[in-house]
Amino acid sequence: MRTALTVLRKDLLLELRGLETLPAMILFAIVTFVIFHFGLNRDTIDGQLAAGVLTVTLLFAAMLGINRLFVAEREQGGFDAFLLAPVDRSALLIAKATALFLFLVVLEVIAVPAFGLLLLGPSLSPVLPGLIVVLALGDVALAVIGTLVSAIAVQTRARDLIGPIIGLPLLLPALIGMARGAGPLLVAHASSSPPGRWVAILALYDLVFALLSYAVFDFLLED
Amino acid sequence: MLRDVSLQVPAGSTLAVLGRNGAGKSTLLRILATLLRPHAGEVLVFGEALPRRGFAVRGRLGLLAHDPLLYRDLSARENLSYHARLHAVGLGRVEELLHAVGMSGRADEPVRLLSRGLVQRLAVCRAVLHAPSLLLLDEPLANLDPAATELVGPLIGREAGATRVLTSHDPQAALAEADLVLGLEDGRAAFLTSPDKVDPGAVKRLYA
Repeated sequence: MRTALTVLRKDLLLELRGLETLPAMILFAIVTFVIFHFGLNRDTIDGQLAAGVLTVTLLFAAMLGINRLFVAEREQGGFDAFLLAPVDRSALLIAKATALFLFLVVLEVIAVPAFGLLLLGPSLSPVLPGLIVVLALGDVALAVIGTLVSAIAVQTRARDLIGPIIGLPLLLPALIGMARGAGPLLVAHASSSPPGRWVAILALYDLVFALLSYAVFDFLLED
Repeated sequence: MLRDVSLQVPAGSTLAVLGRNGAGKSTLLRILATLLRPHAGEVLVFGEALPRRGFAVRGRLGLLAHDPLLYRDLSARENLSYHARLHAVGLGRVEELLHAVGMSGRADEPVRLLSRGLVQRLAVCRAVLHAPSLLLLDEPLANLDPAATELVGPLIGREAGATRVLTSHDPQAALAEADLVLGLEDGRAAFLTSPDKVDPGAVKRLYA
């Protein structure tokens, strides 16, 4: 855990210095909401359409972060330096997934209110606790699968293509879970709790991929 | 690619690996550093078989490669502190090394702003941070001026007391440091002998 915290601290410091990932993710999400606003030719949207627009936008914004997650390790020798240290290699998975999760949280803290202002008809405040649960579970899936995919993609020359090609199909069930979980929350006079079935499916998906990633990550770091 | 290379380096001694670009020098170092998996043959470091027992030797070896393995947006001190934490080394050692290579005054500058020579000094600090018993040195004096070479000498020279495997394009300097010399030609051992028995003609042919 100490090693994971060391790597996480370094990653957050690098992002703070370079601002290479988070601003791009946030800007992308907001621009996409504006494009949807004009593309749909509607002042407001709600229900399943709103949930779809929100989750798809977050997914594509997340892909920007996923593509860059291991770039510093690859280009500046971070992989080799980490592999030379007498530490558990899964600490890198934990640190990178946590960093991506934190990036997604920051993204959503800005993008979700922007979505509420630019597109969403019903008010967000009554359903916010339920929406946070759905988004947090979705973020875990995005972070874990994203880290796994990024670690594979960064070893290839076409990493910007490989990331989405491998990642989007793997993330599709999480996207469905997020959209179906958020849909009933984004209507007028909605219940504040998300549908239990989709919350359970998302949680299960998170658990399965967390275990799978833990099992295979070591092999991805081999030459 | 390395083929038919068989050698043994006694503890505390220095092996100099000579050869032109692409001869396999860096490959040999990366295999010994557990960063490359040999397709065939046997590699033992500290008596541990690689890559299966790689975890048992990581932390006991220090690699100084062409790439300094430093983050450009972090300062010299932040980079070394990060590596110190990975190796469970106290932060006092970071300050000690920064002082030893004359970088205390520039320790808070981002690595991207440092000259190649200063980055190389820092890379030496990173490689020896955890006082490794085996030093793998790929062109260790590249980009260093005579003053800097003198500064890093106690850290990576014979006086460091570690077993060393070093590569160099400067045969004379390498021979002066070595107890054993390996000449590599297209991945094969052209010669393996003590420095006083090295045939100057064979060395010339390596670089021809």
